[in-house]
Amino acid sequence: MTTPRHCSLTEAIAEFVEDGMCVALEGFTHLIPFAAGHEIIRQRRRDLHLVRMTPDLVYDQMIGMGCARKLSFSWGGNPGVGSLHRLRDAVERGWPQPLQLDEHSHAGMAAAFCAGAARLPFGLLRGYQDNDLAAHNPRIRHVHCPFSGERIAAVPALNPDVTILHAQQADRQGNVAIHGIVGAAREAALAARTLLVTVEEIVDALPPAMNGIVLPWWVVAAVVACPGGAYPSYAQGHYARDNAFYQHWDEIARDRQRFLAWIDRHVLGTTDHRGFLDSLHREAA
Amino acid sequence: MSDCTRDEWMTVVAARMLRDRCVCFVGIGLPSAACNLARLTHAPDIVLIYESGTIGARPQVLPLSIGDGELAETASCVVPLPELFNYYLQAGRVDVGFLGAAQIDRHGNLNSTVIGPYGAPSTRLPGAGGAPEIALHARETFVMLKATPRSFVERLDFRTTAGHCRAASVPSRNNAGREGVARAPRDESSHGPSAVITDFGVLTPRADSGELSLSGLFGDASVAEARAAVGWPLGVADQLEPIAPPSAFELETLRGLQARTRAAYALPVSIPA
Repeated sequence: MTTPRHCSLTEAIAEFVEDGMCVALEGFTHLIPFAAGHEIIRQRRRDLHLVRMTPDLVYDQMIGMGCARKLSFSWGGNPGVGSLHRLRDAVERGWPQPLQLDEHSHAGMAAAFCAGAARLPFGLLRGYQDNDLAAHNPRIRHVHCPFSGERIAAVPALNPDVTILHAQQADRQGNVAIHGIVGAAREAALAARTLLVTVEEIVDALPPAMNGIVLPWWVVAAVVACPGGAYPSYAQGHYARDNAFYQHWDEIARDRQRFLAWIDRHVLGTTDHRGFLDSLHREAA
Repeated sequence: MSDCTRDEWMTVVAARMLRDRCVCFVGIGLPSAACNLARLTHAPDIVLIYESGTIGARPQVLPLSIGDGELAETASCVVPLPELFNYYLQAGRVDVGFLGAAQIDRHGNLNSTVIGPYGAPSTRLPGAGGAPEIALHARETFVMLKATPRSFVERLDFRTTAGHCRAASVPSRNNAGREGVARAPRDESSHGPSAVITDFGVLTPRADSGELSLSGLFGDASVAEARAAVGWPLGVADQLEPIAPPSAFELETLRGLQARTRAAYALPVSIPA
């Protein structure tokens, strides 16, 4: 088993994320790896197939900057606020480029990640019943139970080339601990060929797991210390979700030029996540 | 109470539909306010589940997202998402699903995907999220939806979540053949809403056809207003159910919850140092 690399986020994205790859940045509302998404924008990755149950602001930004050709997802809004305007612009007007959709329900995405983690070809669920999703997505099909004959929905496994998570802690060996809302983080991590993790802090010893999720060092390719790496989402026990930023994003993302100026100033105009947070601090001051 | 808003009527009347100790899968926005109002009034032991995996959440302020830290901190347990959808929802351990949507048709089918054709939409909406399977597996579904000219429609642009009757949306390449059964009798195995709470009152499905018809009006709302707001020829129950206005206690509790929520959202932004 390979020991996880301890490196900078710049090095990790440069080494593991290539143009055209299938990449999943998971974290369900909580622990969204914003720092990694921003670094992918800085390194100008192109033609990515992005996978995420809830694209959230991080994919709105990546799609708006032309990183993506395809999106697998199940709910693409700004939670409690409204639309993801960059996602909408890509789907409705092909700006900055057309975006192919592989659209599911949450239950369907969960089944696809579980199958991927187990290296099974497809996942099963009682779902997609009497609705139009399957009619528009040829990857949603049905099988018959070999025992009862029951008709059950099937979705192909999701196996990203790279999954990126943000977590609270890792130890020096590279074991990763997550607590709080975990979403499909574990399944997305174990479904991937390569797993990168950014963490709030690297510690000598992890606390007892208490049913929190621990990903063992030998499934992790690289661990990056990146405090604040989930901001403006949150890291339970470290900082809260910046709901005001999510509300503010609505007006930033509504306008192409304003969006580009924001990215230019805070993401492309900074060299790393520390610089990004400092830049927001300066603007708030 | 004559000085309450239609939003308050909606939230209070929706909250009353929830029984104490029921297990309720909560949609964000209006449903979340109604479900928490129920918990803070007549249903202290209701089990609220948000799709982030927070089970038994007791938030002090209304969450902006379905995964705010407030939900995790006050939940009796936080489970991984595949566990929630497989072992709780699909396994039949949820009594009520409380949903919103962008569009609804006369049979309670919901659209939260697109306005216009799927391949070239005029408005791309957020999409399904948990709704199709929540409606399918919860024992009962309620829907809250504000009445705008685009929300209660004769025909959905896309059917995201099935209601009481098959085939209601604009025909697409794979279901064009079903169009002819749009007025078919109510599908007995269907999982459509047992009530739709909107600005002017409550719609419920007719026992024979599953078609939503007006069953109750709020305060000063009229049948004419309801008919004008709905995009299909709205049926009206022979006898409209009287709906008691929000009580002082209900309104005080709701307004307190919303004031706490506003105060929490106004706290200074905390960008990590």
